[in-house]
This record gives sequence, C-alpha cells and structure tokens, in this order.
Amino acid sequence: MAKFFTKEHEWVEIEGALATVGISEHAAHELGDITFVELPQVGKSVKQFDTLAGIESVKAASDIYAPLSGKVAQVNSKLEDAPETVNESAEGEGWICKMEGFDAAELGALMDAAAYAEYLKGM
Amino acid sequence: MGYCPNTPDDIREMLAVIGAASVEELFSPIPAELRAKSFDLPAGMSEFELMRIMRQKAATGGADVTPFIGAGIYDHVIPAAVDHLSGRAEFYTAYTPYQPECSQGTLQALFEYQTAICRLTGMEASNASLYDGGSAVAEAALMSLRITGRNRVVLDASVNPLHREIVRGYLHGLSAEAVEVAPAGCACDLERLMGSIDAECAAVIVQNPNFFGSVTDFSALAEKAHQSGALLIVSCYPIALGLVATPGEMGADIAVGEGQSLGNAPSFGGPYFGFIATRKSYIRNLPGRIVGETVDKQGRRGYVLTLQAREQHIKRHKATSNICSNQSLCALRGLIFCAAIGKKGFSDLARLNYDKAEYAKAVVSRIKGVSVLNCGPTFNEFTVSLGKDAAPVVERLLALGVAAGVPLGGYYPGMEKALVVTVTEKRSKEEIDRLASLLEEALCS
Repeated sequence: MAKFFTKEHEWVEIEGALATVGISEHAAHELGDITFVELPQVGKSVKQFDTLAGIESVKAASDIYAPLSGKVAQVNSKLEDAPETVNESAEGEGWICKMEGFDAAELGALMDAAAYAEYLKGM
Repeated sequence: MGYCPNTPDDIREMLAVIGAASVEELFSPIPAELRAKSFDLPAGMSEFELMRIMRQKAATGGADVTPFIGAGIYDHVIPAAVDHLSGRAEFYTAYTPYQPECSQGTLQALFEYQTAICRLTGMEASNASLYDGGSAVAEAALMSLRITGRNRVVLDASVNPLHREIVRGYLHGLSAEAVEVAPAGCACDLERLMGSIDAECAAVIVQNPNFFGSVTDFSALAEKAHQSGALLIVSCYPIALGLVATPGEMGADIAVGEGQSLGNAPSFGGPYFGFIATRKSYIRNLPGRIVGETVDKQGRRGYVLTLQAREQHIKRHKATSNICSNQSLCALRGLIFCAAIGKKGFSDLARLNYDKAEYAKAVVSRIKGVSVLNCGPTFNEFTVSLGKDAAPVVERLLALGVAAGVPLGGYYPGMEKALVVTVTEKRSKEEIDRLASLLEEALCS
C-alpha cells in the first residue's frame, strides 16, 4: 500500500495488520541532524493525532503524532544507537514504530503523496 | 542593574504611563479584606545599629548549645577551604553563569560535582543539583512516573516526614498517588513494601538510614521492584555512604538526598542543595541542568550544558521539570568538601560518626527507663524511648545547654516517648557523657 501523510509531517504505510509510522523526508531535513528518538513503549495505545513519540535534533525538540489510532506493536530499536538513520532514510530504514489494531478508514483524514507534495509547496 | 527601590519620581512616572492616579487606586481591584492591614515592620535603622543587633543575636543564637539533633540536617565539620574557595567572587557573585564562552570555571566545578555525586551514590549520571533533599525525593517520584507511565508510588513511612509531605504536594493535582507503608517499629517493613508493588506501581521510595536511624539492605526490594517493572528510589545521607552500601550497590534506579551535610552549615533551614543521580539509560528523564564534557574546535577539553532538550526553554510545558536552575553555590561547597576530605578521609569520617554514636548508644541505654528502639544497625543516629514524654525532657535539657535530640511525637502519633539522637564526629566524649548524665538526672529525679 502507498504512504499517507499528516499535516504534522508523519507518514504511515499499511501492510496487512501492521501500519509502519515515520516522519517525512521533508521533516527530517527541516530538523537537521537528529540526535535522539524517544521511542514509544510497545503496547501504548494512542488516538489519531495524539502524541506518539519524540524526536530531538541539534536545533529542535519535537513531538511525533500518531497518524492513526491504534496500539504500538513494534519500535525501531536501531534508532536508539543510530538516530541519524532518520536523516539518512526517513521514509525507509528510519521508520519509528509499527502499529496494530487501527482502522484504515482513518486514512481519509490524511494526504496521499501527491496531496502532501502540494501541501509542502504551499508552506 | 540598579538595586535602589522606586523613588517617588519613579512611581509618579509609572502611574502616569498606565493612567492610575495613585498606588492606592492601582491596587483598588483587590478587595479590601484580602489586603494586608499592616506589615507590622519596625522603623529602619542605621548600619551600625543593625550590626550591633546581629552581633548580639549571633552570640546567643545556639552557639552555647551542644547539638544532638539531626533528623535530616547535620552538624558536620566544614574544612576552612570550603568557605575560602566558595567565597571567591568568581563563584559567589555570578548568577546563572552558564555561557560556555565565559564560564568554564563554573561549568567545570559543576561537572566535577556531578562526578563526585555519582561516585558517592554508585550511580552513573547526576544533574547539577536541585533545591533541597525534599524536592529531590519528589522529583525522583515524578521521574519514575515518566519512565514507567504508571501513576502510583509506594512511600515508606520511615522516609523523612517533611520529604513525604513534599512528595504528596508534588503529586497533588497530577493523577498520581503516594501509598504509604508504615514501618515495623523503627525498621522498614520490607515484606509489606514488597507486597505493595503491583502492576500500577511506578516506584518504591525508601530512605537509608531511615528517619529513626536504622540502616537497611534494600537489594531484595530492588529485585522485587524490577520484576514488576517498578523503580527503586533511595534517599540517602551522603556522609553515611562512607560506610554503608551505596544505592547503586543495592540496585537502586534513582539515588537522591539532602546535600547539606557536605560542606553546608545547618543554618535556619537553608539554603541547602538536593542531589539526584540515576542510571545512564534514564538520563533523559533527569530534571534540571546537566553539565557535559566535550572538546572545542582545537581539540581542547571544555564544558557545556548538555541534553537541554529536557528543559523548559526548549520543551516548554513538556519539560521534564519546572526546575530550570540549581543550587550551584551550595553544590560547589559540597564538591569542595568532598575534595578537601578525600576518599580515605570520607571513610574515616563516616567511621568516626558510627563509633561515637555507638558509644552514645551504649551510655544512654544504661540509664534506667531508657531503651534503644532500633533492632538492627544504625549509623550516627538512633531512636530511644525515654519511658516518658520526650518533649518536656528535651526542653529541660535545652535550658542547660544541650539539645538532646528530636522528639518523634509531632511526626509519629503514639511515639511521644521516643527521641532521635544524633552524634556526629564533632561531639566529644565529654559532651556525650554530659548528655547521658543530664538525661539521667531529668528522668530519674
């Protein structure tokens, strides 16, 4: 399935029962060198657009919001020792966590890649 | 920056800008019944008059009383180097001097303070200090809520009663609660503490030695807490760490305490400093300032504030704490104390406290009607039952120049006959013998 984006620059991609979540290439670039990713606890339940995780760079500390409601099933523990992976591959290897128990209908509130590209142009 | 109060001209000018006719009119929205009728302050006096009064007070303000009181604040030796070095203008007059470009001295001192606290407590990471011991215990409680995502702490009731009140104050208003576990006599009730740990428990908070002076090994409690995903917080008395096992050795996750006994005089309640140290993995949940060591462009060693994303000026309301400052000068005195005493000196000092307190315990417990209430080992403080109300006995001895201890009735209803007696290295054999003979006179007459 394709990626969907939030206005706060998270992305989500559904594969079967899991939805992978990360921040967009644009967000990673804007943050600059990322120094720390505060991963959520596995098992944590969140509502769509609630705070899910945190991210710190040399110039800012930001929250990462949940693109869908659901429960955290896995976290990318590679980021504990190598947070720079988010800079190198924000929409690939640098994913933050995988969620389960979501409702795909909530994707309706998000943008697809084309709409997100338009959204960025307007910023 | 001028330190003069507003002159009548300043006041007229400010009132004109905001459009108020008088100071009275400015404050008129505050209902009359809520406004102070009078501050009841005496008239001002000259410098000479003031100095005369302060000298008189200094001459009678306790200098002639031999203290056997502790219960959280202790009368320890302060090497002359502490006053001399901490009084240097570079340290004494500067306020929050954290810019690395011009404050390498202060930053290095705080970095070394953090190192000293880690070595004393057996932990891996310390901040640059907190306000006092009580707020340190409360900040540790908040830290445990953040780390575990749970909302209950188990609080041993033999933790300093004042510190417990501060914990309750901090938790009030959050959706968190503190469950207290009563001690078994003067000892921590380890079984009940372990039984109180469940899946909702963020941390167990204990103190070593506890408020009654009893020393406890909390290793098994740490293990039990960790099995349930909870943390162990140990509030400790730094001087005792020269002799008893450290929080780190017992498996604690957070070590806190009152730092006053390290180079700060027991002066009317403060200023003191609190310390907090934890495991490296929890460093991002520490409150307050942290100084880190780094290298500059030319590879030279330097010091800067680090991990600032935890703090208010970056994270705003999501900061780890509303603490944005520290007690630098008091912490600096703590560091100079540690450096002046040295590693061996520290153990010797702790041993001296223990030995003198053991002597006092022996002579006091020989008095008819007096019994020691601690079952296990103590450090420099112990609890005795006087067989009758302790408060009037303490009053009587105070009039004779001996502060015999802290009566427990005010803190623990039902313990009116109990007295916590503290014996530091500063008490001589003669002073201890005098305490015993005056107590005997007071109790047996």
